[in-house]
Amino acid sequence: MQTVFSVGTDALAYGMVLFVISIGLSVTMGLMRVVNLAHGAFAMIGGYIASYATQILGLGYGVAILLAVVGTILIAIPIERFLFRRIYGAPELTQVLMTIGLTFCVIGIANYVFGPTLKTIPLPETLRGPVDLGFRSIAAHKLFAIACGIVVAGALWVLIDKTSFGVKLRASVDNAAMAASLGVRTKIVYAVSSAVAVGLAAFGGIVGAELLPIEPYYALRYMVTFLVVVSVGGAGSIPGALVACLVLGAIDTTGRYLVPEYGEFFFYLAVIAIVCVFPNGILGRRS
Amino acid sequence: MAIQRAIAAEGKVDAGPNWLLRDLMGLAAVLAVAGIGYLLFPNNLALLTRITAIALLVLSLDLVTGYCGIATLGHAALFGSGAYAAGIAAVHFDITDPFAMAAVGAVGGAAAGLLAGAIMLRGRGLAQLVLSIAIVYLFHETANKASNWTGGSDGLAGISPDPVFGIFGFDLWGRTAYVFGIAILAVVFVLLRLLVRSPFGMLCRGIREDPVRVSAMGASVNGTLLRMYAISGAVAGLGGALNAISTQVVGLDSLSFTTSAEALVMLVVGGTGSLFGALVGTLTFMWFEDFVSAINPFHWLTIIGALLIAVVLFAPNGLYGTATQLLHRVWNKR
Amino acid sequence: MNAVFQVNNLNKSFGGLTVANGISLSMEQGDRVALIGPNGAGKTTFINLVTGHMPPDSGSVALRGADITRLGPTARVRKGLVRSFQVTRLFSDMTPAEHVALAVLQRTGRSGRVFGNFGAMPDVMAEVSEGLKALGIDHIANHKVSEIAYGQQRLLEIALALALKPNVLLLDEPAAGVPQSDTSRIEEALAGLPDDLAVLMIDHDMDLVFRFARRVVVLAAGTIIFDGTPQDVAKDARVREAYLGNYANARSSV
Repeated sequence: MQTVFSVGTDALAYGMVLFVISIGLSVTMGLMRVVNLAHGAFAMIGGYIASYATQILGLGYGVAILLAVVGTILIAIPIERFLFRRIYGAPELTQVLMTIGLTFCVIGIANYVFGPTLKTIPLPETLRGPVDLGFRSIAAHKLFAIACGIVVAGALWVLIDKTSFGVKLRASVDNAAMAASLGVRTKIVYAVSSAVAVGLAAFGGIVGAELLPIEPYYALRYMVTFLVVVSVGGAGSIPGALVACLVLGAIDTTGRYLVPEYGEFFFYLAVIAIVCVFPNGILGRRS
Repeated sequence: MAIQRAIAAEGKVDAGPNWLLRDLMGLAAVLAVAGIGYLLFPNNLALLTRITAIALLVLSLDLVTGYCGIATLGHAALFGSGAYAAGIAAVHFDITDPFAMAAVGAVGGAAAGLLAGAIMLRGRGLAQLVLSIAIVYLFHETANKASNWTGGSDGLAGISPDPVFGIFGFDLWGRTAYVFGIAILAVVFVLLRLLVRSPFGMLCRGIREDPVRVSAMGASVNGTLLRMYAISGAVAGLGGALNAISTQVVGLDSLSFTTSAEALVMLVVGGTGSLFGALVGTLTFMWFEDFVSAINPFHWLTIIGALLIAVVLFAPNGLYGTATQLLHRVWNKR
Repeated sequence: MNAVFQVNNLNKSFGGLTVANGISLSMEQGDRVALIGPNGAGKTTFINLVTGHMPPDSGSVALRGADITRLGPTARVRKGLVRSFQVTRLFSDMTPAEHVALAVLQRTGRSGRVFGNFGAMPDVMAEVSEGLKALGIDHIANHKVSEIAYGQQRLLEIALALALKPNVLLLDEPAAGVPQSDTSRIEEALAGLPDDLAVLMIDHDMDLVFRFARRVVVLAAGTIIFDGTPQDVAKDARVREAYLGNYANARSSV
């Protein structure tokens, strides 16, 4: 029972962190049809900025998050403007190469500037230690990560289902040309969603730093995981991504607990099985 | 041939430039570069042999990515399978003849190719890419876990191949290994030149451009691709076996995502869809890597990233493709 | 009566929408049939059902007396049911000679060979030469397809289909997208199709239909509403209603 509960909370926390980081990737891939392997690099950049802000500048956790999210978006703007825009509509191989090249660059620069060591983001007092739930106690930062996931999912649901921006976004995901001809300024929709995607990645990188530690090879190490989330969930589908994150989080965490000697064997086996059965994602619509 | 020439002379149809001459020139170029390498770097034959083994991996990747249009980030699964097949044959089954080991490697690679191909062809686009990555990780984790057979993370050591033809032992300087490797590469190169020009090669190029059209001609798209995957696996497996024979150890890195991604980078830097491009890319990348990473391994990753972006933006046909384009332009101006 | 191609009572619906409603059609060797119908009549669905890209809810398709309803698309092509595409689907990096050669090799079971080259196969070269010449595009045999005119690409599309030696040829708007000045070339090519071949052409261009077809089939809302001679089609009230009304008006106003 003890194990079931701790596996459950760990899986939930891990899944939610995955969700916060990958949801932006899913939306932009559904929107712009770009295979982006560099998304994890933005989560990593966010983590590095937050670490720098707290450790070196001595800022508070909340301020560091804000600074990191804004900083990462600012870094992403020229990258989007000068690199990504050239590969919209390009063959998939081109997109893979460009974004993997960018990932290599970010890793190399991070390694050079910050060194190869793990970077920590000290948690504020309230998030340290366990929280007593009455029948069990759970690490506060995991609870925080779960809460962040729920808040992000809820906020995105409101944004996409209840606002006029959401209507435009959904129209553009469905059929960009049609949306444009109906007067949706797709360029603005693209720019805003890219910024939100990058911002969420940075936010997820910070919130999840205890589970996915910040180091130079972060961008490469979790690249696959984020892509798998989008592929399994179906590009552009928020419920799909949520389901994918929870399923993958559960498989990965359970595997680590029960058969640690197999490493990630069962995780990848499950990925292959799921993708083979649902080539367009669990809740994907495109066929 | 006579009829072909007769038709060509009539000005009607001919089958393209004189391929045989090109093949021989290509073979001569490969052997010449190999010979120059031997003379210039007699103390670095181990690196040259490794380049030869990786060249086989990149050629094999070109068959799938360049000629069939399948983007994959998991091709090292085939290379590593060949390496482990040859290594396990030597260590556990006492098959130590280098040619037999190479054959076992080719068969192991082909089997891995069939398995990987059967899985990859289930998806398209992003799903296919994700499958390719998951496959190489799955192979990696399997090899790690099956340490009784593979030595796990310590690597599979204790491979001691017999002398070639019972005469030329694998010496400390790696001369035998180098010549053995270049011989394999030369034979594979010639066979692949024939392959890509054959009806089967033409069918694959057709699939790359439009699979729907190919199936409307009555050809089986997935059957053809699976076959190409098996052939590609055999070539990659030979590369892996060569690596096992020359270094006498097989490590988990031969089955890694990083090796897969690097192979793709080499192919793209050289130019996809051309066997020469694959060779040029491998040579350039490996030489450059050896040169730069000796100075600073961190800069290496930044530079290779920047190089990739530059190739994508400014030379999408790769070094070889761009060079031939320029040559054509100069030639036509004369 | 020896039907080379027989479609029996094909039905298909998506949810509540019926896209094929009891379609039956029979063709003999040498037939020249035009299938017309207003947009959304179900012509594309019909092609997909017949070529095996979409399974019918009920009904059957037979080729030379053999039931092919359960065969997949490629198997049907091998049995002799070949189609062309409304928008050319060619390999932009290859030459017309390579296209036709590939079709010949495929038909003769040699497309899987991993050695040799069609240039060294006299029978293939002869057929390539002949096939391209028959359509008047032999002079561009060795240019890349991306470098030849669209009208020539359409001719190559027909040459490619013929190289597969079909019993039944489905032509999906063979002149679509071709500039007016070049349509006569396409018409010549259509007139020169082998006599023993059964051809079903789908097209909007009524001039072309009337010149080519000896029989016209009209499809509307998934049902065949007319099957007869071109002379009679314009007189048929239902056809007028469904399709030709606009055309007849447009013609008389010119």
